[in-house]
Formats: sequence, C-alpha cells, structure tokens
Amino acid sequence: MLEDVFRDHWGRVLATLVGFLGDIELAEDAAQEAFALAAERWPRDGQPANPTGWLITTARNRAIDRIRRERTLLAKTEQLERERRDLSQEPMDETAAFPDERLELIFTCCHPALALEAQVGLTLRTLGGLSTEEVARAFLVPFETMSKRLARAKHKIRDANIPFAVPPEHVLPERLDAVLAVVYLIFNEGWGGGRVDLAAEAIRLARSLVELMPDEAEAAGLLALMLLNDSRRTARFRGGELVLLDEQDRSLWDEAQIAEARQMLERSLALRGAGPYLVQAAIADLHTQEPRDWDQIAVLYRRLEALTGSPIVTVNRAVALAEIEGPAAALALLDDLPLDSYLYFHSTRADFLRRLGRDEEARAAYARARQLAETEPERRFLESRLNDLTPPAAGC
Amino acid sequence: MVKYALLAYSSGEASGEPGARDMHPGIAAVLDRPDVSGWLRLQPAESATTVRLEARRTLLTDGPFVDSKEFLGGLIVVEADNLDGALALAAELQELDLTVAIEVRPVLEQVHRGA
Repeated sequence: MLEDVFRDHWGRVLATLVGFLGDIELAEDAAQEAFALAAERWPRDGQPANPTGWLITTARNRAIDRIRRERTLLAKTEQLERERRDLSQEPMDETAAFPDERLELIFTCCHPALALEAQVGLTLRTLGGLSTEEVARAFLVPFETMSKRLARAKHKIRDANIPFAVPPEHVLPERLDAVLAVVYLIFNEGWGGGRVDLAAEAIRLARSLVELMPDEAEAAGLLALMLLNDSRRTARFRGGELVLLDEQDRSLWDEAQIAEARQMLERSLALRGAGPYLVQAAIADLHTQEPRDWDQIAVLYRRLEALTGSPIVTVNRAVALAEIEGPAAALALLDDLPLDSYLYFHSTRADFLRRLGRDEEARAAYARARQLAETEPERRFLESRLNDLTPPAAGC
Repeated sequence: MVKYALLAYSSGEASGEPGARDMHPGIAAVLDRPDVSGWLRLQPAESATTVRLEARRTLLTDGPFVDSKEFLGGLIVVEADNLDGALALAAELQELDLTVAIEVRPVLEQVHRGA
C-alpha cells in the first residue's frame, strides 16, 4: 500500500523540512504537496531509488518556490536566504544524504512549554504521520478542536522560538522523560478503544526513539514494556469479555513481540538501566513466565515504589504480596491509600476481601469499582464477580 | 536572538514593600549581564490606577486591572537564542528571590515607522 510507504517516510521527511524551513506549518504544507505528487507519479513511473530523498527534495523545492512567489512572505524569504545552508550553492539532488532530524522534532513537539494534550497531538501528527482527522478521532474530540489545538501549538513553537534541537546534556534526562511520557500516554490511550490503533503508533514511535537514541536505557525499557503489554492484546478479550492474565490462552500471545521485548530488556539492562520503565518491563516479563516468581515480582514492585512514590504501585505490590503471604497481609498494605477514585484499588481490595470470606465488604468494594468502570467489558467483568459472591442474607 | 519579557509576579506577603526593599545582590548581578537588555521594578499594586473606557468615557479605578493575591512586581527584557535560554534565566531569577511565578513571553518585534 502506497499509504503505508508514506506513513513510513512522513516523520523523516517532515523533520528534515522543519530543520530547513524553520517552521512546522510551512514544512507540513510542503510535505503534503510532495506526498500528493508522489501519489500521482509513483504508481505511474515507479518509486524513485531514494524515496525519502525524492520527497524531501520535491517538498523543499515547492516550499522555496512558494515562498518566493508569495510576496507577503517577503520576510520569510529573507530569513531563508540567511539560512546556514545556502540554497544557490547546494544543488537540489535527491541522492544527497539528508540529516535525520526526527529527534530534534520529537523534542520540539514534547517541549514542556506546550500543553500535554498538544504535545501528544503534535507528536502523532508530525512523527506518526496521522492526519488531523485521525488524531481527533483517536482522542474523541471534534476535528475543529484538534485542528485549533495543533495550530495553536505550532504557532507557539514559532512565536516563542521553542528550539528545534536535542536538548543539552544537563536538561536531557528530564526532557527525555517528557518524550517517553508522551509516548506511553499514547500507548495507554490506545488500550481501551481501538478507534485508531494508538498502541501500534506508540510502539512505532518508541522503535524510532531506540533507533535514534541507542544508548538510552529507558527508551529501550519503554519499548519492552509496551511490547509485552501489547503482546497479550488478543488474549485479553474472549467474545468481548475481559480475561485475566491467569485465565488467558497463552497461544494467543504474540511470540514475536515478546521476543523483541526481551531483546530490548537485555539491551536496557546492558546499558545499566534502572529507571521506572525498565523495572515495569521486567515485571511484565516475569508475569509472562510460568510458574510466576512472586518474590521477584514483589521485590521489583518495591523498587518501583521507591522510584515513583506512586500509591498505584503499592496496589500492584499488594497483589504480589497476596500470593506470597496471603490476602490478609496484602489487604493491610492497601489501608489508607489515597485512591478512592481508582478502579483497580477497589477491585483489588474486593478480591482480597472475597478470598478472606468477607463477602459483604467485598460486595461493597466491587460495587464501587463498577461505578468507576469506563468500558463495557470492565463493567461486565465486575458484574460477574459480584454475581459470584454469595447473595446477601435475606432481610439484611 | 529573540527578545523575551520576563514578567515577575509576587505575592503580597512575600514582597513586603518592594519599592523600599533592597534588591537581592544575586538578582542585581543577573540584571547586569549583557543578555539582559532592560528591566523595571514596580511599586506595589495598591499604588496602581487603572484607566479604561466605558460608554466612551474615561473611567479611573483605584488599584490594578487584575485584582488578585499576586501582582506584577517587575519586568525584565532578555535576549536569548530560544525559549530554553529565556526559561533558564527565569529559573535562575526565581531561585534567588521570592517571586511566586515568572511568565515568559516572546516580545513582538516591530519596527516603529511613526512620524
């Protein structure tokens, strides 16, 4: 499919154009023109030997023509003339080696001066190559809303001069964290719906990051984590019903994804990684093994707790502890966690209470979880758990 | 190079009387740097008068335009390569003084072609 070919090239082509033109909107328009031209010519004349080079060169020439034509853009022409790469001296040769500036573009799009939702949308649009309609559909917002959000972000990048650069060493760790957070957010957004395959988009973005920053342990860790979670995607549902890990049909797990994830895990460990994505990936990997090493899982959750300070991690550690020391000890761990609006806090508590034979309390906890459920399968799953409990004594 | 305005907001309690207060020596040193092209400290918000037009008549009100706990305490114009440069300077200033927040905004550069 030509469309797939385009998707593969989009981020790369756009990034180079942004580097050259210094403006995302201009670059986007130019890239779109070049891709439209390709759609017309490639099926007829065949794909050029260097498709990326062809697209970049074509887009660049179009952009320059247009800038020269539009007299109102005089100021921009002047700016262009001042560019470090002098146009008159550099022939428009599509076989030239173009710098890969996707990394610069990622850091621009995920700059913390932009609102998080704009970072996410912009990343999907510019690097993922999703259309504005697709991005809007993925986040269930009207096209106009998304279109305005993206335009506003692009204008801020231009007007405030948000740098198109890989951040310097001293801020790199926090900026990379921001990038990884955006990718992971895209992935998690993709788990519920299936409107647009955002999980696949996130994995694709993470693969690029690993390719572009091969020495970053957390990039590899994040990719491993997402691959492992995604490998069980088909097994998580049976006839539209949610299936828990223990009851999943393992033959439905994606072995290729698991293998790639293990490779990434090893790579991250070899880079002396110890960050939260790697730890989560290691936990996810332990969960795919049979019998499960609950002691090791609990140890890793404790490490994750220390890294993130998140009470949600404590809930997960409680699940591991329940397997080692029993539900009573695990239940005690959940006391006083500030998670009243968190579904899994209540469903986990409910499960412990059920195992302890405290059905009345379990029922209340399942009911609270059901209130918080956002998807139908979740709701039905909790419903069935409620029904499995002994019915309340009559007259109570 | 791009010009940015750093709008420094203070809270009433933290600032005391900024007009009378001495400037933190660290801040004075930053303001002397070549990348700072100008700065102003403002008297407390109570001293402000707001002018506006209502029903085509000029109306004066006592106090700042935006009435809030925080007030604009001063403004600094800096030149930086990009937003990150301006943000770094803002962060540096904020560590030195008790401003509650610094808003960083690019300056709209216009050539004045008036009479």
